[in-house]
Amino acid sequence: MTTENKTGEVIISVRGLTKHFKGGDVQALCGVDTDVHRGEVLVVIGPSGSGKSTFLRCLNLLEMPTDGTITFEGVDITDPKVNINIHRQKMGMVFQHFNLFPHMTVLKNMTIAPVTLLKKSKEEAEKKAMGLLERVNLADRANAYPNQLSGGQKQRIAIVRALCMEPQVMLFDEPTSALDPEMVGEVLDVMKELARSGMTMVCVTHEMGFAREVGDRVLFFDEGKIVEEGTPREIFSDPKEQRTKDFLNKVL
Amino acid sequence: MTIFEQWWQPIEQMISNKQPLTFFQTIYKELYMNAISDGRWKLYLDGLWVTLKVSFWAIVFGTLLGMILAVLRLPDVTEYRYRGSNPLKKAATALLRFFSWFAKFYIDVIRGTPLLLQVLIINFGIFGTIRIDKVIIGVIACALNSAAYVAEIIRGGIMSVDHGQMEAGRSMGFSYIQTMRHIILPQAMKSALPSLCNEFIALIKETSILSYIALTELTKAGDYIRSRTYSAFTPYIISGLLYLGMTLILTRLIGKMERRLRASDH
Repeated sequence: MTTENKTGEVIISVRGLTKHFKGGDVQALCGVDTDVHRGEVLVVIGPSGSGKSTFLRCLNLLEMPTDGTITFEGVDITDPKVNINIHRQKMGMVFQHFNLFPHMTVLKNMTIAPVTLLKKSKEEAEKKAMGLLERVNLADRANAYPNQLSGGQKQRIAIVRALCMEPQVMLFDEPTSALDPEMVGEVLDVMKELARSGMTMVCVTHEMGFAREVGDRVLFFDEGKIVEEGTPREIFSDPKEQRTKDFLNKVL
Repeated sequence: MTIFEQWWQPIEQMISNKQPLTFFQTIYKELYMNAISDGRWKLYLDGLWVTLKVSFWAIVFGTLLGMILAVLRLPDVTEYRYRGSNPLKKAATALLRFFSWFAKFYIDVIRGTPLLLQVLIINFGIFGTIRIDKVIIGVIACALNSAAYVAEIIRGGIMSVDHGQMEAGRSMGFSYIQTMRHIILPQAMKSALPSLCNEFIALIKETSILSYIALTELTKAGDYIRSRTYSAFTPYIISGLLYLGMTLILTRLIGKMERRLRASDH
């Protein structure tokens, strides 16, 4: 499975990615190099403050890298001449705190971007949205407002909202960290189904079970660097680096 | 002869005979003289109409300008740095920074000086030699003044919207301005609505200052009638009740709007 995906074309290529935060002495990222292949599920793990979230947020330039390049579908998106909004349409993102739009119904949340940005008709966008809602068993909540939903429901909506734009890659920023424990499962199930359907995914997560089950490749971050990378089996069963071992001992 | 005049005639007789009037007769005398005779009620209605026109357009333009000023004062704009080398974009960024600085300057100056002074400067200074409808001058003066207050109210509203909303919008591919328009501003306006209602009420009342530049709005209408009837209370009280009516209706309308916007809260 892994080798098969490794041969898939490179969709995101990261070279020398560096990020300093204003006023801070610490470097959030110091020279990260990696490639994301089409169809691959890349799981990013590491202690808090290791730069894994910053790494993910740099991929769609929500954080502006201080240095280095990010090439998405052959275009260097860190080039200031590039219109990042066009490329972000093809990168879905799911946040820790869901960030649904509270003043819109679930359906409006899902259709506003396709209608406004992709110039889809309202009917077409709503049809697609309803189809996706059925996939996550939330079709009956289409006209609810986000505040009427549970955390798990919100996050499932957030995932399908991103899917409405038909992205080439999905970025997950600790999607289960803000959830009550009993709701983690339903969100992970949606993510697993998405992974099986062949979606390219980059997931920052603390869910080691998820990483082991659906991850094709695991990156272990610490102090702004990739300390170790490999298949889930290599990382979890046979970690080479002492820092990886320490981390896994704490979380497993 | 109308019914009002029929009621008036015996009272008029008593006054010319120097007979004392009862309490209710006194009230009717005041009302008749200040609102009924010579069609004076029309003056109040004309004044009310002018006040409504000025207030409405001043609220519309003041809010639009206030929104623009509010966005220019956001950290997103004041802390924006352009990193590229495109000379056109560099110039645009410099222009944006100038507007941002100007917005701050404008808000400071407008909030820090009396409205009356601003009205006088616009009327005698800027439009001193140009013949122009006083209503337009009134709208311009009140809108420019209100915009400064509205800007700070809306800026507060925008800053109260969770930063994740901007990130979610941008991550979907919306531009900064699109995200502002579709996602941030609707939420910001909702939380700013009570303060905005306050500002609109203040604006309606402050249009009375325009009587200073001889615009016959509601206060001026009352004042004019006072100068004809020498009743010191009644014309002003009638004007005052009309102001109260306007502000109460506005308060109800905004209250209704708030309830509708709260539909997504429960």
